[in-house]
Amino acid sequence: MKPMKNKAFFLLASAMLMVGSGCANVKPWQRGTLADYTMRGDRDPLGKAQAEHIWFSREEASGGSGVGGGGCGCN
Amino acid sequence: MNTSPLKKFAVAALLAGTFFTASAALKVGDTLPDLATFHLEGKLPDALKGKVVIVDFWASWCAPCARSFPVLDELQKKYGDKLVIVAVNVDEKKANMDKFLEKHAVSFTVVRDGDQKLVAVAEPATMPTSFVLDGEGKVRFLHNGFHGEDTRKEYITEIESLLK
Repeated sequence: MKPMKNKAFFLLASAMLMVGSGCANVKPWQRGTLADYTMRGDRDPLGKAQAEHIWFSREEASGGSGVGGGGCGCN
Repeated sequence: MNTSPLKKFAVAALLAGTFFTASAALKVGDTLPDLATFHLEGKLPDALKGKVVIVDFWASWCAPCARSFPVLDELQKKYGDKLVIVAVNVDEKKANMDKFLEKHAVSFTVVRDGDQKLVAVAEPATMPTSFVLDGEGKVRFLHNGFHGEDTRKEYITEIESLLK
């Protein structure tokens, strides 16, 4: 490998390592904040309905954001 | 050996990754560390040796934990002195635990691992996780999560087998 190529590789690998190490692994006992009610996507039914309406108007698609009832209209 | 810098770097990164992600979770066959050394908030039971012990890690924000409490309480009442249940709370705020316990009053021991030191040693994979220990303090059974009647039946079978 040529020195210039080597340098570029090390820079790229170091950058990837730094980005990779920035990922945090939340342990099961540390999920109190994530389990909070305010973290729920459906905590505000009106806000959800508005967002769905905007999505439908813009993308011509609706549903699929919850657990039950996908965008297939089968329910 | 003529190893390219690329290979050396990849091996070093892999080794570093392995080192930092190495898990020391408590598993079946391990001996539970002495609970008294973890400065848990609350009074621990006086003697655990010779008794079947369930160490249950739980949190107030965990819905299955709330479902498990009546079952654990029932087991404590059923087996009395033969069984010691130590429920270790891992909430960051004590107030959350207190609020939970107001709603779910229990007869077994509840302590709080406020520093999250014990839980970091035990490394439960889910909330709740319970370790069933024999009279020598060795982990004999492990429950990840709480699955209602199935878990209840498993607890009873395991306790009975350890009491024989």
